Amino acid sequence: MFLLEQVMNGLVLGGYYVLIALGLSLIFSIGGVVNLAHGAFYALGAYVAVQLTQYLGFGPAVVVSPVAVGILGILFERFLLRPFYNADPILSLLVTFGLAMVVEQAIRMIWGAAPLPANMPDAVKGAVFVGDFLFSRYRLLLLGVVVLVLGAVWLLIHKTSFGRVVRAGIQRPDMVAVLGIRLQPYMTAIVVLGVAMAALGGALFAPITVVEPAMGGDIITVAFVIVVIGGLGSFWGVVLASLLVGVVRGITINYLPAAGEASIFVLMFVVLLVRPRGLLGERIEKFE
Amino acid sequence: MTAMTNRRRVLKTGAALAGACVLGFPAIGRAQSDKIKIGHLTPLTGFLGALGQYAVLGIKMAAEEINAAGGVMGRQLDVMSEDSVNPATAATKAQRMLEQDGAAVLLGEINSASALAISQVAARNKHLFLATGPRSDALRGANCSRYMFCCDIPNTVQVNAVGASLLREHMVKGKKFYCLTADYIFGHDLLRAAKAFFAANGADLIGDELVATDVTDFSPYLLKIRQAKPDIVCSNLAGNQVTNLVKQYAEFGIPYPIVGFNLNTADAWAAGPDNLSGTWPTVWFHTLDLPHSKAFVAAFIKKYGKPPENHAWIEYITLKMLVRAIEETKSTDSEKLIANFEKGAKFDLLKAREGWFRAWDHQLIQEAYTFTVRPKSEVTDKWDFLKLGPAVPAANQPLESIYPTKEQNTCKL
Repeated sequence: MFLLEQVMNGLVLGGYYVLIALGLSLIFSIGGVVNLAHGAFYALGAYVAVQLTQYLGFGPAVVVSPVAVGILGILFERFLLRPFYNADPILSLLVTFGLAMVVEQAIRMIWGAAPLPANMPDAVKGAVFVGDFLFSRYRLLLLGVVVLVLGAVWLLIHKTSFGRVVRAGIQRPDMVAVLGIRLQPYMTAIVVLGVAMAALGGALFAPITVVEPAMGGDIITVAFVIVVIGGLGSFWGVVLASLLVGVVRGITINYLPAAGEASIFVLMFVVLLVRPRGLLGERIEKFE
Repeated sequence: MTAMTNRRRVLKTGAALAGACVLGFPAIGRAQSDKIKIGHLTPLTGFLGALGQYAVLGIKMAAEEINAAGGVMGRQLDVMSEDSVNPATAATKAQRMLEQDGAAVLLGEINSASALAISQVAARNKHLFLATGPRSDALRGANCSRYMFCCDIPNTVQVNAVGASLLREHMVKGKKFYCLTADYIFGHDLLRAAKAFFAANGADLIGDELVATDVTDFSPYLLKIRQAKPDIVCSNLAGNQVTNLVKQYAEFGIPYPIVGFNLNTADAWAAGPDNLSGTWPTVWFHTLDLPHSKAFVAAFIKKYGKPPENHAWIEYITLKMLVRAIEETKSTDSEKLIANFEKGAKFDLLKAREGWFRAWDHQLIQEAYTFTVRPKSEVTDKWDFLKLGPAVPAANQPLESIYPTKEQNTCKL
């Protein structure tokens, strides 16, 4: 019974890992770029939201912040990622790693090194009982937002002509080019989408975690593990892996608290042993 | 074309490296041998990073004041502040500071595990290490060292300070406690002190969980707490763990009162008035109503635009203590400085009572305090939502009464 409660809590937790991991996976799948700056956009999203909350209130701030950071994402794609799509992957790795450090220092210079206090509105504080299960009201709300965003992204990728080009671009960029379609604008759109989702994650997590300049570093590790477990190029792989990570961590903490953080890496290890491409990873020619 | 791009890239890289060298040179050129160098290590990143940032501000201010007043024995102080990162890096940097950078004394640290590593380096090189922020009892006990002096209040004092307040409110005897504890030397040590207190006062510890220092999501622990149904939840966490816990505690609306045996002001500020509740210990707080403390706070606010946190205070007073010892001994020789501190001279700590280093375990004996959270209607600004309690021990009791006795402390110097 208690264990079931941990499982449910883990599913909720996994639900919001998805926000960060999905963008990371999309950018990697289509552009071949491991975006080490993804956590920096998450942090920016949190800081911008905390700042805007003072003027606009919590709700509007959570909407405006990802849009603002998404616009930054256009510049990021145009000037930092674009030169490196066809280059040695190590170069884009270095560039995004450098950017992560630049953003972290920029946050320090603008907002200071000390963490910022961030609160949720009193209306969403407190616990909700669903049957015998205890949930945080805020996290349930958060989960609702995540489900909406996921639904929208899934429709975009799988049910629109935009999405068809993106999916074709992941598997056969050369073929897409032969058909006379430029992948460039699609790539911009995907980066903006991924970055905005990370920023939305930051804005939503700000009230329940420490808002400090290095906050991106914590989340990016988990996001990477999820992308690796889920497998590249798969929407559902990322979703499944996020839920799995949340649940495994919750169960481990229930029985062996000290191993809680290690458990997700053990999970990754086991998955990679059994399925080197991840749970639902597709075979992608250009990465083989 | 490719050759061109490559050449251009080589040129660019070369130019960048050359630029880095130019920028690097002033630092090397600046280092002059007539300055007294202090190797200052403190965590600037990670779960204690927010605290270390204040430590740097505090020591900078102290050094500037001292240098502006003519330095020490006519020599200027040169404080080299660096991020200690983790115990292994802290030890490497400490060794380098002593061996290559010519540091006369090491000072700083907040993380008890890193402090232990630095103290081993200090002892090997026979140099003084003033450990400012770490609070583990072991550093004053089983792991005490002739070359290390500890300046913050130890875990036992934190437990005694909060414990006295809990006893007054009848929140100990027969109550069920549930502890969350930071999973490294500091937390283990604090849990030991807490268990001793619970056992001595008839409280019942019904659960304790070790929490890794990189944990940011506490929801699984909160569920376990609810299942256990304690009377009181007790935090033995460190750094931003505390912030995360109290934020999520408020988020889940867990009904049990929460208290803690460790909290630093910066982490309380980060949690915010809406989330924090309960009684917590502190070593110093900027609202202390004493003229010398207020003067320090005013100068700090003027310089940095925000009030000093307890790590800014401790770095400030520690550097001042060191300078006084250097002036009295007219030397930067570690052996002479150690002998000077061991004499038990009284120091002004910006508190009501002066403090001194106890010769047999090298820890600073001083007042401690508790703070609680003001009701929302009394809060005037974001720095001011904590209410400082009276000094512990009470004015008519000796300071040493809250510290471990010679029988309780295993330190053999």
